Amino acid sequence: MYEGVIGSLIERLGKLPGIGPKSAQRIAFWILEAEKQDIDDLANSIVEAKQKIRFCNVCFNVSEEDLCRICRDPRRDLKIICAVEESKDVIAIERTREFKGRYHVLGGAISPIDGVGPDDLRIKELLKRLADGVVVEVIVATDPNLEGEATATYLTRLLLPMGVSVSRLASGLPVGGDLEYADEVTLGRAFEGRRRIQ
Amino acid sequence: MPVFRDEAVVLRTHKLGEADRIVTLLTRNHGQVRAVAKGVRKTTSRLGARVEPFSYVDVMFATSKSLHIISQVESINSFGSQISDNYPKWTAGQAMLETAQRLTIEEHEPALQQFLLLIGGLKSLVTDDHDPGLILDAFILRSLSVAGYAPSFANCARCGTDGPHRAFSPSAGGMVCSSCRPPGAAAPRANTVELMSALLTGDWEVADQANKPERTESRSLTAAYLSWHLDRQLRSLRLVERT
Repeated sequence: MYEGVIGSLIERLGKLPGIGPKSAQRIAFWILEAEKQDIDDLANSIVEAKQKIRFCNVCFNVSEEDLCRICRDPRRDLKIICAVEESKDVIAIERTREFKGRYHVLGGAISPIDGVGPDDLRIKELLKRLADGVVVEVIVATDPNLEGEATATYLTRLLLPMGVSVSRLASGLPVGGDLEYADEVTLGRAFEGRRRIQ
Repeated sequence: MPVFRDEAVVLRTHKLGEADRIVTLLTRNHGQVRAVAKGVRKTTSRLGARVEPFSYVDVMFATSKSLHIISQVESINSFGSQISDNYPKWTAGQAMLETAQRLTIEEHEPALQQFLLLIGGLKSLVTDDHDPGLILDAFILRSLSVAGYAPSFANCARCGTDGPHRAFSPSAGGMVCSSCRPPGAAAPRANTVELMSALLTGDWEVADQANKPERTESRSLTAAYLSWHLDRQLRSLRLVERT
């Protein structure tokens, strides 16, 4: 057992996600051997991130200012909102370069068994954004698992009466894969969501 | 690594590490089993779709000293995709899964009756036979009976005097006569007691006829009875949407 400063460093590092006691020990010794400047930079980045990063007032994506980069961008289409579970999903969708609208980060999915209900997500905030009638379409991009599907069902039921069109991301076969290796649920979905070739 | 194979219903999943999940299953012959499903959160996983909650699967486990590992899965019926497009059904189903999980807490302790009851309950939910709320209450009452906590609706739960009685007490175990009645016992409508008794015995002709006030009362008494025996409330129960 390590004592004192090194002991508490190892213990703190061990609390990071995916870091076990052995990895924590390895990182701690790496820190001891690294250049002082590198470690100062690392410590500053952590402190700075924690101080500066907050949520965008409109879409609840992580941001350094009141509005995030996407909500500030005048070229983004105001008529379409893509609702996602986490900020990480915004980055994933941005990488596709397919979507030109704005986002809404719900903050998770409805999961009764974990005690997470509709009121624990930012659904009210989404409805508020639709109130002025500018938005014509909401794309529900929750995870393609059961909680995500049920959240999409719940949202659809709320959104349709407001007169916006609601769509759900397609699910199906991964690009570059073989059909024979697809599981039956995904393949079934791919059939359901097949599109006509003009 | 020794393996074993069983039929199972997925009760719930937890994220583990980067791309894995811990899956809690209720199996036909081995009771509740927790196992790791590796890589299922990646979009390339073929296992992922089969180990979602509500999935009824034929599964092969590789045993290990700590958590078993799911090595192969075949779908028997994926109830989930038939439930998730209907919010009241889905929330009722979630409460059923949580009830089953709480009442079969001992891992590897066979719970065949609970397993069959759960399959039956989910099938009934999918086929739209009855109101999802009633299916849930029937499931809760029956799975409590299987676990040894059957409520008494006719005779007094304390002294056995023939009924009908007018007071209901979760701590006493059901309806109680006026001399056994503990302080704070509920005084449900006669029709509510009839409904709960019908739900327990599977008399759907009576249950389907019940009116809203009786359904509401039966729901809160069932929830009280369940939380008394579990020593805690189900998390999902307050989120069940009743129609």
